[in-house]
Amino acid sequence: MNTAIRQSRGLSLYAFAYLAFLYVPVLLLPLFSFNDSVFIAFPLRGFTTKWYAAMAADAEMHAALWNTLKVGAVASLFSTILGLLAAKALTQTAPLRGRSLILSFANLSLFIPEIVIGIALLILITTVGVPLSLTSVIIGHVLICLPFAILVLMSRFEGFDASLEEASRDLGESAWMTFWRVTFPLVLPGIVASLLLTFIVSFDDFMIAFFLCGTDTTLPVYIFGELRFPYKLPNVLALGATILVASAALIALAEWVRRLGAEGPARDRVIGA
Amino acid sequence: MGGGGDFIRIDKVTKRFGATAAVDGVSLQIGRGEFFSLLGPSGCGKTTLLRMIGGFAFPDEGAIALDREDITALPPNRRPTNMVFQSYAIFPHLNVRDNIAYGLRVERLTAAERNARVDEALAMIRLQGYGERRAQQLSGGERQRVALARALVKRPKVLLLDEPLGALDKRLREAMQIELRQIQRDVGITFIFVTHDQEEALSMSDRVAVMEKGRVLQVADPKTLYEKPVSRPVADFIGTMNFFAGRMVGISDGKAVVETAALGRMEVSQNSADSFSTGARVWIAIRPEKLLLMSEQSNKQSVQGRILAASYLGDRSQIQVRIPGADAPVAVVAQNASTFQSGDAVYLAWAQDAPLILPE
Repeated sequence: MNTAIRQSRGLSLYAFAYLAFLYVPVLLLPLFSFNDSVFIAFPLRGFTTKWYAAMAADAEMHAALWNTLKVGAVASLFSTILGLLAAKALTQTAPLRGRSLILSFANLSLFIPEIVIGIALLILITTVGVPLSLTSVIIGHVLICLPFAILVLMSRFEGFDASLEEASRDLGESAWMTFWRVTFPLVLPGIVASLLLTFIVSFDDFMIAFFLCGTDTTLPVYIFGELRFPYKLPNVLALGATILVASAALIALAEWVRRLGAEGPARDRVIGA
Repeated sequence: MGGGGDFIRIDKVTKRFGATAAVDGVSLQIGRGEFFSLLGPSGCGKTTLLRMIGGFAFPDEGAIALDREDITALPPNRRPTNMVFQSYAIFPHLNVRDNIAYGLRVERLTAAERNARVDEALAMIRLQGYGERRAQQLSGGERQRVALARALVKRPKVLLLDEPLGALDKRLREAMQIELRQIQRDVGITFIFVTHDQEEALSMSDRVAVMEKGRVLQVADPKTLYEKPVSRPVADFIGTMNFFAGRMVGISDGKAVVETAALGRMEVSQNSADSFSTGARVWIAIRPEKLLLMSEQSNKQSVQGRILAASYLGDRSQIQVRIPGADAPVAVVAQNASTFQSGDAVYLAWAQDAPLILPE
């Protein structure tokens, strides 16, 4: 009894240390973003919101943010559409030939260092003669987002009863209408989750964008550039804190939508006799 | 409705998956308004055959015609057939009403006509007031009925049912068997029913096709199937049957005379002797309820044996009897057999019309 309590106390201590390790560094960002000093050091010098005001007034930063949102929107849309097709093919009842091989290759970019992907794409794109721009960043981002889209959507398609689509065909609908009346509504939560997740992956990416963006800087590339000027550091902290809150909200939303949907076809509650 | 007609004509249909033929040269004719069952163990090809009739699989060879129209290559949405799936396949994102109305969207009905059809279907399955419920809120039996209504509301020429009662518990299954049969009589639509449950097939069907390894072994009405199976696999699959190895020794008065090690020499009057030549090895088959147990020898032809086990089941007893010369214990079903105990010496007799002769 006593040892059990001691053990569980030891476990909570460990859990606490674990969480502190994960989140204290991240929480320093918002903390110093409200600190009235250019230098990142304790003791704190007093509360201010002037760094946020400076951030809000920074036109260059706005342009970078706008670029990032555009890239994220397009990249998440394309990777989700491609992921949808791949996930459908990989989870169909008649097993695809070479299924596991295809899946491994599709997910390979998860395991290749981004710096390698970035350099490889840079070489390819300049060889082909495409000017470096947001378009080249989007191409790179679709590549790194695709495994995430496939994995999220496959988990949605697995456990999808193939006879639902057959029933629709049987009741007189064409393959195309069957997709819109049955398949799409049932995988919609997965599609939303995939859009949100891939958007975040794209939004976060520095490495690929750094190699491929040319002069159209995205937000992470812009932030990296700003770090060269010590007096601008607090602006970056304010920006970082804002992004932190926004992406946490997005991830929570994606997970909520995914769970909401997971209760659909998977749930099999029976009431009554 | 007893037999035949060629409302549905399945002509030498073969379907291969890789090297194995799931359905192997099957020909069947099914009459209009018939309740027809495909019966067999899992993997016998019955579901594949049903899916080819529904348009979910296509034959490698052969043709399927419905009402004199070749439907072999038509996709499912172009066929006048509807299916009740084994999993019921109720759309989880739609309520009961919308599930039933799903197939009516393509039929260009007015809203009033559509509603009337759905109401009629809900009344048929006695689920009025369930229209707004979702699939997750229905029991297994209710889902089964919704799947049935959703298919029948399309007024198909043929309704295909893929083991629709398999997921239900025993009591509900028996109730649904009666209800299904009743609905089939009311609507008068041809039903093709796939099952591995021989009792279910016998109790519901006008005719049954017994399948094994992709082939049809016998097509007959339930009574014929039970009383005159044409081969050992059919006799084995339908009910319980005792088999005794024998040899054809001749024909007298048109009846086969067979010599068996276990039962001695006997004449077989039940089925035709024509197809057996003298000297051929054959099986003598006798149903357990056609055997008679006696404690003393009578004037009937009988053999001596010893009771291995007796189980009392209330309305009847099941008794296993070991007799010399038989490979396996003989199963006997007797109605007033409570006096028999395990270990007793008994005489086993049979009615003259009990034995069947079957090819080896």
